[in-house]
Amino acid sequence: MAILITPESKIIVQGITGDFGGRHAKLSLDYGTQVVAGVTPGKGGQFFEYKEHRVPIYNSVHEAVAATGAKVSVVFVPPPFAADAIVEGVDAGLELIVTITEGIPVRDMVRVKRAIAGRSTRLVGPNCPGLVSPGSGPQSHGGCRIGIAPGYIHRKGHVGVVSRSGTLTYEAVFQLTSKNIGQSTCVGIGGDPVNGTSHLDVIKMFNDDPETHGIVLIGEIGGTAEVEAARWIRDNVKKPVAGFIAGATAPAGRRMGHAGAIVGGTEDTAAAKIAVFRECGIEVAETPSDMADALLRAAKAKGVTLT
Amino acid sequence: MNIHEYQAKALFEKFGVPVPKGAAAKAASEFDSALALLPEGPTMVKSQIHAGGRGKGTFTDGFKGGVKFCKTKADAKEMAGKMINNTLVTVQTGPAGRKVQTVYFTVASDIKKEYYLAILLDRATSRPVIVASTEGGMEIEKVAHETPEKIFKVYVDPAYGLADFQVRQLTSGLGLSPAEAKGAAKLIRNLYTMYWETDAAMIEVNPLITTPTGDVLALDAKVSFDSNALFRHPEITALRDLNEEDSKEIEASKFNLSYIALDGNIACLVNGAGLAMSTMDIIKHYGGNPANFLDVGGGASKEQVIAAFKIILGDTNVKGIFVNIFGGIMDCNVIANGIVEAVKEVGLTLPLVVRLEGNNVAAGKTTLAQSGLTIVSGDTMADAAQKIVKLVA
Repeated sequence: MAILITPESKIIVQGITGDFGGRHAKLSLDYGTQVVAGVTPGKGGQFFEYKEHRVPIYNSVHEAVAATGAKVSVVFVPPPFAADAIVEGVDAGLELIVTITEGIPVRDMVRVKRAIAGRSTRLVGPNCPGLVSPGSGPQSHGGCRIGIAPGYIHRKGHVGVVSRSGTLTYEAVFQLTSKNIGQSTCVGIGGDPVNGTSHLDVIKMFNDDPETHGIVLIGEIGGTAEVEAARWIRDNVKKPVAGFIAGATAPAGRRMGHAGAIVGGTEDTAAAKIAVFRECGIEVAETPSDMADALLRAAKAKGVTLT
Repeated sequence: MNIHEYQAKALFEKFGVPVPKGAAAKAASEFDSALALLPEGPTMVKSQIHAGGRGKGTFTDGFKGGVKFCKTKADAKEMAGKMINNTLVTVQTGPAGRKVQTVYFTVASDIKKEYYLAILLDRATSRPVIVASTEGGMEIEKVAHETPEKIFKVYVDPAYGLADFQVRQLTSGLGLSPAEAKGAAKLIRNLYTMYWETDAAMIEVNPLITTPTGDVLALDAKVSFDSNALFRHPEITALRDLNEEDSKEIEASKFNLSYIALDGNIACLVNGAGLAMSTMDIIKHYGGNPANFLDVGGGASKEQVIAAFKIILGDTNVKGIFVNIFGGIMDCNVIANGIVEAVKEVGLTLPLVVRLEGNNVAAGKTTLAQSGLTIVSGDTMADAAQKIVKLVA
């Protein structure tokens, strides 16, 4: 098992007719993911054709859900319209909405977050690379890839990865796969200050997932989400956990690509977060090159086999 | 995006937030006409730059104080003459300082007491938070640390909006008289409306003051906006002052590159913000000093790589370059070709270490190796970082 998505998950792509959404829908189809529908208002009735695939396009998420029974969507809709696309998916009763779109106004996300409070829909992102639950085929083919991550670097296995950053997640996954350590699910929660799913939410799911034997937690400067996750890990998680925090050298007050990665107070610096990780029994990766090795050290200390 | 105090106060007035009467001047020739708009009497002269600590700043010619109290308008004009086109160094500007290109004159208010007021996003609750304190004119971080009981916060439910009871919580926390509370309540409401309607990222009023006559005024104004929302606020986008921004950062943004200059000598070119930040970290870890943050995005076309090299090399402190690309989807060979072309085009003479990983990496490495250029290849981030640090040392 994996968390959130499995190779059986059926996916709706919101914004499938855009360049970005279309390109990644194709890569997901190549990976063996079940992309069953696209949504673009005004283009209902058309098809997204690629190789042997003929994916129907609907005018609304509601129509796509009714026709396919899919419970998961991925949003590639441009920033001015992305918030609307998310609440549409929520209204259509989706279980999971993964929002890749970068550059959604904070105010829109504040409203979205309030609108979906108490609903059963889980939002991942925005401004995130998405999720991958690797498959058992060659280069993890046959898995579920939602978003923009390179599927082929994964390997099916037992390590959960959670991160705000895309390329840093790939770096961690690549290190793990190079050491023949597979992954259960890799989750990119996104770099925005307001997002749907936190590090802690994902850690709880990994903790409950019997197929996940170890966890890599990748954080950044800014906010206190990693600190909350770390304290919960200290009190609840017996699985080995490795952690890395990016941005130790970032100057205070400057936004470094991720809107969330900006140091304001004293609690959200890299040094403060790393200190909390250590207190909470998380094995700290000294450099980004050390992430997989840090998890191996943590696993060895706890006598856990990751492969 | 940041704006100047005089621009922020114009917005305040538009939204019904009282401020002392003021007028801005962009040249010495405008001083008289600006001052003509103000009554005779005590006048403040305020240097307009995008940085805090102006009052305690020093100009590069030795003149002290970017904010001055003057007893008369004539004195104000003289002080403004010392500030305009002079360069002000404050704790926030760095040693280079900022050139003062606008001076703002305001009526000097009688102050009964100073307070603090700010509106920003609270990340933990994903809601706007209004922060008020009885300790105005001080560093709020210090107040929060030493006397947290003097800080009052309300979290606004975006579905309901700012509630009256929350405004009362703030005014009673500040210990205002009934008359003052009435003025403050209106000010807080209007300021929140501005925050919400303009997609502000942060509004900070420090100090907010009461006067002996019972008025409540915003004496200072620091406002920034959510860059992601500027598409729906052309009137705010028009307030952008490119003079306040780093020319290399502006150039980078034209190519969709995210660039931030730092003070080290190892330039970085990386795809992805998280990886770019950790590339800076690993350089520092091995004893080097990063010259910049540069994220070419998840993609990275040949044109972007060339533009990135040019921007990096515009920094004369740079003694070596570290390219760190994880080509997940993108073809590493395309990137390798981009690097080779860029190096040839800019005629690079500095040490260059490239760490490529990902899709079609073998072909990419071959391209680099056969280019005839002195490009050092790194296998891992750690390996590459150690190599560039050594080459620059």
